[in-house]
Amino acid sequence: SSKNIINYNFYELVILFNSANDNKIFYLIWSSHDDLKEMLDSNKDSLKLEAMKRIVAMIARGKNASDLFPAVVKNVACKNIEVKKLVYVYLVRYAEEQQDLALLSISTFQRGLKDPNQLIRASALRVLSSIRVTIIVPIMMLAIKEAASDMSPYVRKTAAHAIPKLYSLDPEQKDQLIEVIEKLLADKTTLVAGSVVMAFEEVCPERIDLIHKNYRKLCNLLIDVEEWGQVVIINMLTRYARTQFLNPNINGGSGDKTFYGSDEDEDEDEEEKEKKPYVMDPDHRLLLRNTKPLLQSRNAAVVMAVAQLYFHLAPKAEVGVIAKALVRLLRSHSEVQYVVLQNVATMSIKRRGMFEPYLKSFYIRSTDPTQIKVLKLEVLTNLANETNISTILREFQTYIKSMDKDFVAATIQAIGRCATNISEVRDTCLNGLVQLLSNRDELVVAESVVVIKKLLQMQPEKHSDIIKHMAKLTDNIQVPMARASILWLIGEYCEHVPKIAPDVLRKMAKSFTNEEDIVKLQIINLAAKLYLTNSKQTKLLTQYVLNLAKYDQNYDIRDRARFIRQLIVPTEKSGALSKYAKKLFLALKPAPVLESPFKDRDHFQLGSLSHLLNAKAGGYQELPDWPEAAPDPSVRNVEVKESVRAVGTVTHRDTGALWGPQRMEGSESCSFPRAQSSEEEERKHQRKSKPRKSESESESDEDEESESESSQSESEDSESEAEVKKKKKVQTRVNYRGRPQEEGVFLQTIAPSSTLKSYELLHRITGEGLSVEYCFSRQPFSPDANMVAVQMQFTNNASSDTKNLHIEDVKLQSGMRVKEFPEIELLPAGETATAVMGIDFCDSTQAANFQLCTHTRKFFVSIQPPVGELMRPVFLTENEFKKEQGQLMGMNEITEKLTLDVKCRNEHTIVQRVTTAANLSRVPCGSDKECRFAGRTVTSGSLVLVTVATKEEGAAQLTVNCEKMVIGTMLVKDILQALTQ
Amino acid sequence: MIHSLFLINASGDIFLEKHWKSVVSRSVCDYFFEAQERATEPENVPPVIPTPHHYLISVLRHHIYFVAVIQSEVPPLFVIEFLHRVVDTFQDYFGVCTEAAIKDNVVVVYELLEEMLDNGFPLATESNILKELIKPPTILRTMVNTITGSTNVGEQLPTGQLSVVPWRRTGVKYTNNEAYFDVVEEIDAIIDKSGSTITAEIQGVIDACVKLTGMPDLTLSFMNPRLLDDVSFHPCVRFKRWEAERILSFIPPDGNFRLLSYHVSSQNLVAIPVYVKHNITFREGSSQGRFDLTLGPKQTMGKAVESVLVSSQLPRGVLNANLNPSQGTYTFDPVTKLLTWDVGKINPQKLPSLKGTMSLQAGASKPDENPTINIQFKIQQMAISGLKVNRLDMYGEKYKPFKGIKYMTKAGKFQAGLPDKWTLEYIKTELLHKEIRIN
Repeated sequence: SSKNIINYNFYELVILFNSANDNKIFYLIWSSHDDLKEMLDSNKDSLKLEAMKRIVAMIARGKNASDLFPAVVKNVACKNIEVKKLVYVYLVRYAEEQQDLALLSISTFQRGLKDPNQLIRASALRVLSSIRVTIIVPIMMLAIKEAASDMSPYVRKTAAHAIPKLYSLDPEQKDQLIEVIEKLLADKTTLVAGSVVMAFEEVCPERIDLIHKNYRKLCNLLIDVEEWGQVVIINMLTRYARTQFLNPNINGGSGDKTFYGSDEDEDEDEEEKEKKPYVMDPDHRLLLRNTKPLLQSRNAAVVMAVAQLYFHLAPKAEVGVIAKALVRLLRSHSEVQYVVLQNVATMSIKRRGMFEPYLKSFYIRSTDPTQIKVLKLEVLTNLANETNISTILREFQTYIKSMDKDFVAATIQAIGRCATNISEVRDTCLNGLVQLLSNRDELVVAESVVVIKKLLQMQPEKHSDIIKHMAKLTDNIQVPMARASILWLIGEYCEHVPKIAPDVLRKMAKSFTNEEDIVKLQIINLAAKLYLTNSKQTKLLTQYVLNLAKYDQNYDIRDRARFIRQLIVPTEKSGALSKYAKKLFLALKPAPVLESPFKDRDHFQLGSLSHLLNAKAGGYQELPDWPEAAPDPSVRNVEVKESVRAVGTVTHRDTGALWGPQRMEGSESCSFPRAQSSEEEERKHQRKSKPRKSESESESDEDEESESESSQSESEDSESEAEVKKKKKVQTRVNYRGRPQEEGVFLQTIAPSSTLKSYELLHRITGEGLSVEYCFSRQPFSPDANMVAVQMQFTNNASSDTKNLHIEDVKLQSGMRVKEFPEIELLPAGETATAVMGIDFCDSTQAANFQLCTHTRKFFVSIQPPVGELMRPVFLTENEFKKEQGQLMGMNEITEKLTLDVKCRNEHTIVQRVTTAANLSRVPCGSDKECRFAGRTVTSGSLVLVTVATKEEGAAQLTVNCEKMVIGTMLVKDILQALTQ
Repeated sequence: MIHSLFLINASGDIFLEKHWKSVVSRSVCDYFFEAQERATEPENVPPVIPTPHHYLISVLRHHIYFVAVIQSEVPPLFVIEFLHRVVDTFQDYFGVCTEAAIKDNVVVVYELLEEMLDNGFPLATESNILKELIKPPTILRTMVNTITGSTNVGEQLPTGQLSVVPWRRTGVKYTNNEAYFDVVEEIDAIIDKSGSTITAEIQGVIDACVKLTGMPDLTLSFMNPRLLDDVSFHPCVRFKRWEAERILSFIPPDGNFRLLSYHVSSQNLVAIPVYVKHNITFREGSSQGRFDLTLGPKQTMGKAVESVLVSSQLPRGVLNANLNPSQGTYTFDPVTKLLTWDVGKINPQKLPSLKGTMSLQAGASKPDENPTINIQFKIQQMAISGLKVNRLDMYGEKYKPFKGIKYMTKAGKFQAGLPDKWTLEYIKTELLHKEIRIN
C-alpha cells in the first residue's frame, strides 16, 4: 500500500511541477481522480476503502464524482463490508445519471436477494430499489413481491420501504403495489406496521377499504411500533376514523353544522343531547384508548399526532387531556415550540377552556426568539376572557417595554384585540394605548395609533378628546400607516372635532407632495369629508388638494381625485350619484372585527404542514367531514373460523371490541394444530365432548396460578423472585396488549397430539399381582397449577382384593412437592382403577420417590418425568414467538443439525412427533419449511421455544430456546431422538 | 418524506449535503438564505419555509442549520424531531456536533445518515442499534483499524432491530456493573420587584448512565411519586406499571440515555432558593444612576448555592458602570449593555452585593426601562421539588450492580425584577368599577 501512496504523492508532485501549464486545474482534477481509480483497481481492501472514503467526502461536499462510476461500480461485490456500503452510497447517488453502467451492478443485488443472511437480503433490496433506473422496474417489482413474503420481518420492512420508491419511479405499477401493500398490511409484526402504513399513505391513501380488516390490529400494535411509525399510523387512523365513525360531539345524524358553527360556546349542545343518545362505536373508543398513553412519549411528533387525533376525534369532554402534553412540548427546542404553538393557537380558538389552566405557560420570556413571542402572544390573546384579562394585561404591559420592536408592535395589536373582544376592559386598554402615544419610540406610537383607530370606531362619541390628542400627533409622527389612520379618524369623526379638522387639512395640504401614497389617499378622503360637512371653511383647501392629486405620479391617487371631484363638487354634468355623496362618505361604518389569523385553520388536519402554512401542501389528504350515518362497522370484523365458533368462544360482540381482534387472531391460528388433528377420527370425538369443561378448567387454573404466584413472590429466594418478576413482566405485557384470555383459548384447543405414552410404575410380578402404570395426562392439575398431573392406572391381577391403596414416605429433592391421590379403599380382583396425583418437579427431571402402600405391603416406586412433560403448551403468535426468541439468545439457545427419519419428512409427522415428545403447542408460521412450538415450564413458567427448520433431503435444524439451559439441552436430546427414529 | 439534507454553517456555507431520493440542487437553499437575511437573529429563521417546489424545514443547533428538503405533506414536527435526533446522534458519536467534527468524520456521518433514513423515512434512530451497525470512532479503534484493516461497520443485523427491546443491544458485558442516575431539576421563575413570585415551575429530568451486563430489568421507585405532574418516558419504560403503581419499570438501553422528563405542577408550592433585592435608580437630568443589588439564599435546606451568575441588560442610555462587588467579578459590555456578575458561591453569613454608579449619556432623558435580571445558579445534592428516589432494584441478572443517585438543582429561566406601573392603574380602575357597582 505504501508504494501506491508514494505513487499518489508523485502525481501531486507532477501537478506542482506542471503548474506553469495553463491547464493546471484540469490536470489537477484529472490526475487526482486517476489516482483514485488506481486505488479502486488495486486488490488491497485498505486502498479501496481509502479511495471510497475520499469519494464519499467529495459527494458530501457536493463535488461531482460521476466520472469515477465505472471504477467504483466494479467494487460492488467487494468482500469488505465497509467498502461495499460506501459503493452503495455512491451507486445510489449517481445511478440515475449513468443508467447503463448502473445495470452492471444489478446482478450482484439479485444474488444478494437470495442470501441466507437477512441483513444482506435487506440491504440488497434497499439498494436495488434505490437505484432510479426505469429499466429495472420489473426486477424491482419481483424483488419486492418476494421480499414481502420473506421470513424475516426486517426484510419485509425493507420491502415496505421499497414500495414508495418504485411507485415514484413508475406510477404505472400502482395496482400491483397495492396488492403488496394489502399483503403487508396484514402482517402482524410491529416492525413492519409503521413502514407499510407509510407506503400506504404514499401510494394509495384513498384506499381506506384496505384498512378495515387491519384497523383493530393496528390499534393494538400501536404502542409497540417504533416512534416514527406511530406518527404515520396515528395520522392515517385519524383520517380513517373520520370516515367510519360518527361525530361524538353531536347527536344522531343532524350533520355537523352546529359543531362548526359554534365558535366558543362550550356547553351549547348540552341540552340537545337528550334528543337521541349517541353511542360511540367500540372501535372508535379503542382508538382513543390505545393512543392516549402515547401522550407520554418523548417524541414530540408522536405527542402532536395523538393531540391532533384527540382534537379531531374525541368527545369534547375528553379533549382536555392533550393540553398538558402540549404544554410540556413548549419546553423543548424552539423549532418544536414554534410548531406546537401554531397548533395550540388554532386549538385555543375552538377549545379555550382546555388551555386556560396553563395560561402562565404561555407567558413570554425575554430570551424567546421573536417568532415564538409572537405566537405566544397569539395564544394569550385567544385565551383572554373576563376573569383572566387583568393578569394578561399586566403581562402585556411588561412586554411593551421589550427592546424587540416587532414584538412590541404585536403586543399592541394583541391589546387591541383583547379590548374588542372583552368590553369590560375596553376603556382600560384605550387609556393604556393613549399613554403609549407619548412613548418615545415612534414605532410604538404608530402601532398604537392604528389600534386606537380601530377601537375608537366602536364608540367614537365618547372619545373626542382622544381624537383631539391624536390630531396633534400629526405634527410629529412620521410612520405612514399611523398618519393615514389619524387622518381617517379625523375625517370620519370630524363633527366631534369641528375646529381642529380643517386645520389638520391645512397642514396636510401643505405637505401633500411629500407624503406617502396611503397618506395622500387619506388626505383626499379627509378633504372630501370636510367639504361635505364644512364646505365654507374647506372649499378652497379641498380644491387645492384635489388639484395636487390630479397631477400626482401615482395613478391610483389621480383616479381617486377625479372620482371624488365628480362626486362632491356638483356640476351640471355630474350624475345622480352626487346627490348621495354625503351618504357615501359619511355612512356609518361597521367597526372592524379584530380576528385571530388562526381562526378556522382547523379545517386542515392539525399538526400537518398544510396547517402550519395555512395552504394546501402537495400530497395533503383532506380530513373528511364526519359521515351523516355510520358506515357498517362489521367491515372491521376479522373472519372467525367456524370451528372456533362451535367450541363456544365468545365473539367480539359479546366481550366488547377491545378483546375482539386478539381473540380471533388467536383462535384463527389455534386452528393450525386443529386442522391436523382433525384427520384423526378418534380425537375429533374427544374434542367435541371436551371443550366446555376445559374452558372452565382453564379459568380456575388461571386464578390459582396467580395465587401461587403471589405466595411465591413473598419467598426470600432471590432467584425465584426474579423469575417470578420476569413472569409477571411477561404477563403485564400480555395484559397490556389486551390478551388476558389467551391462555383460556389455548387450553381448550390443544388436544393431546397422540395417545399418551404409558410408563410402568410397578410390574405385576413385583407388585404381587398389583400392576401400576402411569402416564402424564397433560391436563392441568387443578388443585395446584405448578404440578404436573400424573395419571395412574391400578390393575389388580391377583385373586384377592387390594385395599387402602395410598402413598407414604415421599422422598423428594428440596423444593419438590407431591399432591397425593385420594386413597383407594378397595380394588377388587381383576378390576382397574385410575387416580391422578400431582407432582411439582421444580422443573427438573429428578425422580419423585415414594412408597405405594396397600393394606398389606409397601412398594418402593419412583416417577421420573421425561423433560417434555415438564411443560405445558402456551399459545404464541408468530410475532410473539420471534420476539421471545430474540430475548432467549446466546447461552439460552441450543441448535442441532439432524437428518430426519425417512418416515418423518412431512410437516404433519414432525408436528406429531415433537408434540408427542414434549407437551408443546404449535405456533403458526408463515413458512412451510419451519415448524415452531412453544410452551412454558410448569413450575417457573419459563418459556420453551422449539423450532424445526427443514431443508432438502431430510436435513433439518432443531433450535431450542429456553432460559433453563438444562431443560433446553435435555429437550434437544429428546426431540432429536423423536425425529430421527 | 425527507428528500435531502443540507448542513449550513454560521457564515452561510453549505458544507455537507445528502440526498435520499433524486438529487435536489443546492440552489434550493437560496430561499433559506433569503429568510435568514430577513430574520434579525439566527434563531428567528422560520423553521418551515415554503418555496415553489419544495418546503425547507430547519433546526438550528450548535450554530449549524440542519435544513431538510421536503416535497410533499409531512408533519413538520416529524422532520424537526428527526433532525434533532440526528444532531443528538452526532453528539453521541463525536462528543461535539461542530462543523469541524462533522467534516473530520464525514464518512461516518454519511454512513449514519444512510442508516437513519431509507427513502426519507426513518429506519434506525436508536443509538444502541446504530452503534452496532457503525461503531463510534475512537482513537484506539482508528489505530487498530489502520493496522488490522478491520472496519467500523458491523456485519451482523443488530439484534435490537428484531427484539421487543430495540433500544438495547444484546451481549452487553461489563466487568464493573454500574447504574447511575442523575436527577436534575431546573427551576424557571419570574419574580417581580417586590420579591413575590409571578410564575415558578420546576422541570426535571432523570438522566441515566447504565452499564450493566446482560438483560437487566430495573425498577425505580420514588418516595413521593405524586409530585410528578407530567411525565414523558424513554420508550423502554412500561406505561402500565407507572400508571398502576407509580413505579418505573424498564429494561434500560446500554449507556447514556434520558429515562424520564417530568414537570412539577405549579399547584405545588415551588420553593424559590434565592432572592434578589435590587434598586436601580436614575435621576432626571443627572448623568449618573445608582445600582444596588443583593443576593441571598432562601429555602435551600442547608445546601450551598453555587456557580451563581447574574446578568442584566442595562438600558441603552447607560454608557458605563462603575460597580463594586463584595465578591466575584463583574463585566459590563458598553456595546451590548450587558452586565454580568460572576458571583460564585453564596455565603449566607455575608450576602454578596454589587453596588455602584452608572454613567449615562449626557443630555439623554432618564431611561425608563427597568432591566430584568437573569440569575443562574446550581445547588448540588438537592432536588428542589423534594423528589426522592426510594429504591432501585434489578431483576433478571444475578450480579450485584453498583448503584448511584445524584441530585442537582439548576436555575432555568430565572428572572427577577419587573415594573408594574400599568397594573396598578388597572387595579385602580377595577376598584373604581367595583365601587360604582356597589353604589
